[in-house]
Amino acid sequence: MDLEKYLRIDKLPHIWCPGCGHGTILNSFIRAFAESGFDQDKTVVISGIGCSGRATGYLNFDTLHTTHGRAIAFATGVKMANPELNVIVMTGDGDGTAIGGNHLIHAARRNIDLTVILFNNQIYGMTGGQFSPMTPTGDRGTTAPYGNIDQNFDLARLVEGAGGTFIARGATFVPRQLKKIYLAALRHQGFSFVESFSQCPVSYGRQNKAGDAVEMLKKQQENTVSFKKWQELSQAEKENKYPLGILKEVDNPANEYTERYQKIIENIQKEEAL
Amino acid sequence: MQMEDEIAGMAAVVGASLAGKKAITATSGPGFALKQENLGFATMVEAPVVVVNVQRVGPSTGLPTSPSQGDVMQTRWGRNGDQEIIALAPASVAESYELTIKAVNLSEKFRQPVVLLLDEVIGHLREKIYLKSSEEVEIVNRKKPDKNQNPANYLPYQLTDDLIPPMADYGSGFKYHTSGLFHDQSGFPDGKKETAKLMQDRLHNKLHNNLEQIIIYQKDIRTDDRVAVLSYGSAARTAISAVNTGRKDNLKAGWFKLQTIWPFAEKEVAELASQVETIIVPELNQGQLIREVKKAAGGRAKVIGINSYAGELIKPEEIRALLEEVL
Repeated sequence: MDLEKYLRIDKLPHIWCPGCGHGTILNSFIRAFAESGFDQDKTVVISGIGCSGRATGYLNFDTLHTTHGRAIAFATGVKMANPELNVIVMTGDGDGTAIGGNHLIHAARRNIDLTVILFNNQIYGMTGGQFSPMTPTGDRGTTAPYGNIDQNFDLARLVEGAGGTFIARGATFVPRQLKKIYLAALRHQGFSFVESFSQCPVSYGRQNKAGDAVEMLKKQQENTVSFKKWQELSQAEKENKYPLGILKEVDNPANEYTERYQKIIENIQKEEAL
Repeated sequence: MQMEDEIAGMAAVVGASLAGKKAITATSGPGFALKQENLGFATMVEAPVVVVNVQRVGPSTGLPTSPSQGDVMQTRWGRNGDQEIIALAPASVAESYELTIKAVNLSEKFRQPVVLLLDEVIGHLREKIYLKSSEEVEIVNRKKPDKNQNPANYLPYQLTDDLIPPMADYGSGFKYHTSGLFHDQSGFPDGKKETAKLMQDRLHNKLHNNLEQIIIYQKDIRTDDRVAVLSYGSAARTAISAVNTGRKDNLKAGWFKLQTIWPFAEKEVAELASQVETIIVPELNQGQLIREVKKAAGGRAKVIGINSYAGELIKPEEIRALLEEVL
């Protein structure tokens, strides 16, 4: 499989720290894209600011590196202007759930056909480890040296509540599953959202004594369970585990936003022709 | 399309522009404040877009919805960093129609965001206008790269003679990168100081080399006029009315109406200052554009402001009284 054509080889090596999980996400993504059969020339990848934001620079598509938190809003404009384009958003937990949280829920509500891959490393990595809305309660950040008192989002449930029609969670310790999830997300016609657990041994790991990348990946494994097994757990057991896999998928292409918009145009044109 | 907020509205029009469409977003003063960051992004990536701001009295929520021209400087300097902006200020419904077309054309021609700066009076006005047929409307479309060009050689920020790089639509096979970071001709971030300087200069010069295409105005200044009333937007209606009635009583006064307020018509106003003894600048703010008028006049003419900034229009009689006072 020729994967190099999806990368801007001359822009590598990437700037991510040793042990960072973001490269695994990028790897899984290009493998999924290669299998999707999508036209590389008709695909736009859009990111915001932060470590995840740098992903677009390495990907060989039309790519848009936007302002902090606004990738989904820019993506909405791209998709509305040309619904034939495959539009993919790569965002982080700070970028996508704090400053960009409003755009996330509203894009889900519209069910516009975007594929949002959220790199969740539970910290603002690039700026040195401030806590994000995804930092677990009690964990440390440079802005929470005595432990974070905020509650973190349950992102999958947040996006589901907002109306997203494809919701999944993957993790960098299981890259093959991650690839399968991305492939299904790309093919889904409607708003698809994949929370992707990634490890940050430098900005998160050091402050929280979480060990190196291998230890952090082991921790991912301990904290997660397949969605199928998760459903069989007791309520108390569920509280301590994150389910991995496709958590929700509603297949109804006619309910997609640009489709509904197109319907309005067609109906008005029919009425005017009468 | 109605986005969730003004920030998203601005982002979406930039996205639509990059995907190859002409796109406009509209708001009022506080909403314009929210749009500023992504407006700066549009300037940086050279996305043609138009932003309509119907001004109200500020600061903050201010007086909704009373007339104001308080966002003249917000339009010019509201974003971080040095940067240019084009801003057009219509004074009637017909002119709003004309200048909206002009705004879109300028944005496409120069790959530059353009602000259409109305005030509340113009925004709520109902007047008869003549709508042109599609053949009568001048339509400018952005310059695109040659379809036969090898995408591998495409430079999205190429340094061309006219300083305006050909712009490829997303999805047309060029696979290029767009970033709000300073970038070289390839579009990729480049932190070198000389690259940043080159880009800053190009963004400035692509407009300043072509001011005669951007700066539009109307005037009626007779050779023996001793005073000129220089204005824009709804204040220009008051000014022209005051001058016209004054002339019936032989007042030696003329009027100068700016339709383009940014970039400022420095050369034209300098010329005006050498023709007349006094320039009166009525504005619905505490005196914003008058700073530019004074600078351009350079002491050649006396520059006097007449201001209203709490939601009231300036009355023709007030300008008439001032005309009589200086004459």
